[in-house]
Amino acid sequence: MQQTMHEIGIIIKSSHEIAIMREAGRVVAAVIEALTKEVRPGVTTAELDKLAAHEFKKRGAVASFKGYRGFPAYICTSVNEEVVHGIPGNRVLREGDIISLDVGALLNGFHADAAVTLPVGRISPGAEKLIDTTRGALEAGVAAAKGGARLGDVSAAIQAYTESREFSVVKEYVGHGIGRDLHEDPQVPNFGIGGEGPSLKNGMTIAIEPMVNVGVWRTRVTDNKWTVVTADGKPSAHFEHTIAITDGVPEILTVL
Amino acid sequence: MPKKDAIEVEGTVKEPLPNAMFRVELPNGHQVLAHASGKMRLHFIRILRGDRVLVELSPYDLTRGRITYRFK
Repeated sequence: MQQTMHEIGIIIKSSHEIAIMREAGRVVAAVIEALTKEVRPGVTTAELDKLAAHEFKKRGAVASFKGYRGFPAYICTSVNEEVVHGIPGNRVLREGDIISLDVGALLNGFHADAAVTLPVGRISPGAEKLIDTTRGALEAGVAAAKGGARLGDVSAAIQAYTESREFSVVKEYVGHGIGRDLHEDPQVPNFGIGGEGPSLKNGMTIAIEPMVNVGVWRTRVTDNKWTVVTADGKPSAHFEHTIAITDGVPEILTVL
Repeated sequence: MPKKDAIEVEGTVKEPLPNAMFRVELPNGHQVLAHASGKMRLHFIRILRGDRVLVELSPYDLTRGRITYRFK
């Protein structure tokens, strides 16, 4: 029986371990870059998954999600009202869609996890605003993740950035610590109160992942038992980075 | 990949209460008030005193939970 997250506590990584995660982060960023070039109307989500599989193998890394609690694919592809955990398949991307790609890589025993939301062809101004806001919310969250700050500062920053632009934050799914396991302590909600929660210390590695909805914050899980969609069917965007607290400063690991 | 915002723990059913509620004791000694999930009621799975079960706790209230599985 897997240990529950709150029994272990937040795991501090050594500088050597963070170096390994930096490499895993580079793999994630490279896979995302390769996928970004292929996103266009007419492509299927299965084709993106196949490309991802190839890119992982090329770099000697394993896809963190494949087989994780039974997840069937290498990446998550979530389109429009799908929030997260979209399963690649026959779905054909169309002009005006937005697609979130969530990618996790396991390299030398450590995971890194990142996500982007991309436009398919030309999209509406509303969709563009959604994507920009979600990206900005991630930046705000990362900026708040300084050594000595509290986890609640990160959550509050994401919430304030998002809600000031009249979007809603998803409350039922959270960011997470990450390292030897894909999901570790602590949980990193996208809403919260500044000054609360554990203190951020050097050696902590967390995945910050705002999920932002145009409409209501509530979500539901579809019949495939994985894919999460917005309760009102309106679009949702998702951005994520894995960061390490290094020398009191947030360092994004999921970059090239 | 985000984590679902819930905490799953194993526990032992201490006593049944009315309305498919149960007092469940967790390994750390804490007791929670848990209800049988709809999934379990749908399949007519009976929960008895002494059963080992999986409880899903909400992080917003760690004294309440939902029984999602009964171990054999």
